[in-house]
Amino acid sequence: MRRTTLILIPYLWLLVLFFAPFLIVLKISLSDAALSIPPYTPQLKDGISALIRELDFENFVFLTEDDLYWKAYLSSLRIAFFSTVLTLLVGYPIAYGMAKAPDEWRATLMMLVILPFWTSFLIRVYAWMGILSNEGLLNQMLMWLGITSEPLVILNTTTAVYIGIVYTYLPFMILPIYAALDRLDASLDEAAQDLGCTRTQAFWLVTIPLSKNGIVAGSFLVFIPALGEFVIPSLLGGSGTLMIGKVLWEEFFNNRDWPVASAVAVILLLILILPIVLFQRNQQKQQEAEQ
Amino acid sequence: MTNRVLGIAAVVALTAGASVAEEVRVYNWSDYIDEALLEKFEAETGIELVYDVFDSNEVLETKMLAGGSGYDVVVPSGTFLQRQISAGAFQKLDTSKLSNMDNMWDTINDRLKKYDPEGAYAINYMWGTTGLGVNINKVKEVLGDDAPVDSLALVLDPANMEKLQDCGVHFLDSPAELIPAALAYIGEDPDSQDPDVIAKTEAVLSAVSPYVQKFHSSEYINALANGDICVAVGWSGDVLQARDRAAEADNGVEIEYYAPKEGALMWFDNMAIPVDAPNPDAAHKFLNFIMDAQNMAAASNYVYYANGNKASQEFLVEDVIGDVAIYPDAATLENLYTTSPYSPKVQRGVTRMWTKIKSGT
Repeated sequence: MRRTTLILIPYLWLLVLFFAPFLIVLKISLSDAALSIPPYTPQLKDGISALIRELDFENFVFLTEDDLYWKAYLSSLRIAFFSTVLTLLVGYPIAYGMAKAPDEWRATLMMLVILPFWTSFLIRVYAWMGILSNEGLLNQMLMWLGITSEPLVILNTTTAVYIGIVYTYLPFMILPIYAALDRLDASLDEAAQDLGCTRTQAFWLVTIPLSKNGIVAGSFLVFIPALGEFVIPSLLGGSGTLMIGKVLWEEFFNNRDWPVASAVAVILLLILILPIVLFQRNQQKQQEAEQ
Repeated sequence: MTNRVLGIAAVVALTAGASVAEEVRVYNWSDYIDEALLEKFEAETGIELVYDVFDSNEVLETKMLAGGSGYDVVVPSGTFLQRQISAGAFQKLDTSKLSNMDNMWDTINDRLKKYDPEGAYAINYMWGTTGLGVNINKVKEVLGDDAPVDSLALVLDPANMEKLQDCGVHFLDSPAELIPAALAYIGEDPDSQDPDVIAKTEAVLSAVSPYVQKFHSSEYINALANGDICVAVGWSGDVLQARDRAAEADNGVEIEYYAPKEGALMWFDNMAIPVDAPNPDAAHKFLNFIMDAQNMAAASNYVYYANGNKASQEFLVEDVIGDVAIYPDAATLENLYTTSPYSPKVQRGVTRMWTKIKSGT
């Protein structure tokens, strides 16, 4: 009995916080836009039979007719993928350094990784606007050092979006990798070297494969939110940065077309389900391996 | 245990007590009021004022159409006001509670009738034009002394924009402002609702959009004032605020505002009360406070926008009432046009075209 209750609680959360909202969005995606409050028909108050009669898949058909949408999905996938790779390239050495650091430093290093979370995310993104703008810190420094004579245009480009995403999600990459490396038995590395590996070979053949779980977990934690990212591209990106989060915003706010916006959101969710399921599988396998 | 229950009861009682005190929640455009007025309102009426800001009509409209925004006073522009009235988003004003109604300016009231035919739902707060904010020295440096600063050619002729791109150009992120401007530039009716005519602007705007650094509706104030950009297609008062901020900072940046000679969009921002406003009484008091001649004058003197309040004009400083960029002379007034809302189908086409113009996709 107790056990069933315990299992029920997470499923109840899933039902209330995920499934019910999803059904509402799905219902709106099957409706038609209207000039009313809220701006779509039919509504629940029109009765169940009207509801069922008037719902259709017209909005999903519409999404296939305009190349804007799949281009935006593809562009979001590309940006999320490359951001994840970049975050991994930056995050892995940091996590590695933390794991190899003397014990008395570790708490401090960990603090430094977590510290940015104490400031609002929005303020940190705004700070990047100050750093990257034409008259900003970075350009002034580059020009003072004589590296460039003209300011580099970084703000309002896709480069700035990459910088923003890598910066924001870096801790999500570092922490799982650090956790994996921290658990690693140092004698394995020594054994590899005793058996004739150079240090580099030992790193690639022993350390990296053994920290695979951390890499996978970190990559998903970065990729999934980066795919639907809206704040970073709208603040740091330019008009050429096409991302599905911005398309969603435009459907919702500029066209006042909640049904099409909901259809875009439903498809985004379907795209995300695949990596989430893969992530879930990986976690499960890892747990089984540990038992 | 009992103590804790008592504690919770006390908290509940306190919050309940707080909600009894009268409150009014106002949702207005950013950089659009003298904050001293807000304190004055609280001091005069004892009503607690919660003041939030937005920077696009779309954000406001979405809140209105979702319902339950919790705001008592909101400030939509003309075409948006009209659409939200038809969606049933606003309540009729109770004129018996608005003793300062006579202060309003009939010229502006008449123009507002296009959007609110009976004048039943809204009062005008400010009005202005959409035009060009120009960093004079930088633009002359790039384009020479005869730069067409008072013409849309400055921003819609690709030859000019190509030269200006490095010193930075911002456009409002608003198809409802840029499409009429492009129509005026090519000699069409700026208020055209015909999709085929509107489609002609795509070529015009796409030709210059690669040179636009950013499409944004509020960042250009600071960007102009700091000298980060040299031209912005923006709203009159915002550009004038940038001019003053630059003058205050004494950073050598000189900003001027021009209403383009091909015609400029005249817009109206109006105060209205949402149909589900929690405190309609306090909302009426706020409207009446704003319609007071001296208060309205203080607001205009601060934000450099013209208002729809005739009685306030004697309290306006010379910088405002005497500036033709703010209170246009008869000749300029002739050259201003207004627009009507797009139908949902045209709107979808316009948004799609706007995305295409901005991102090339």
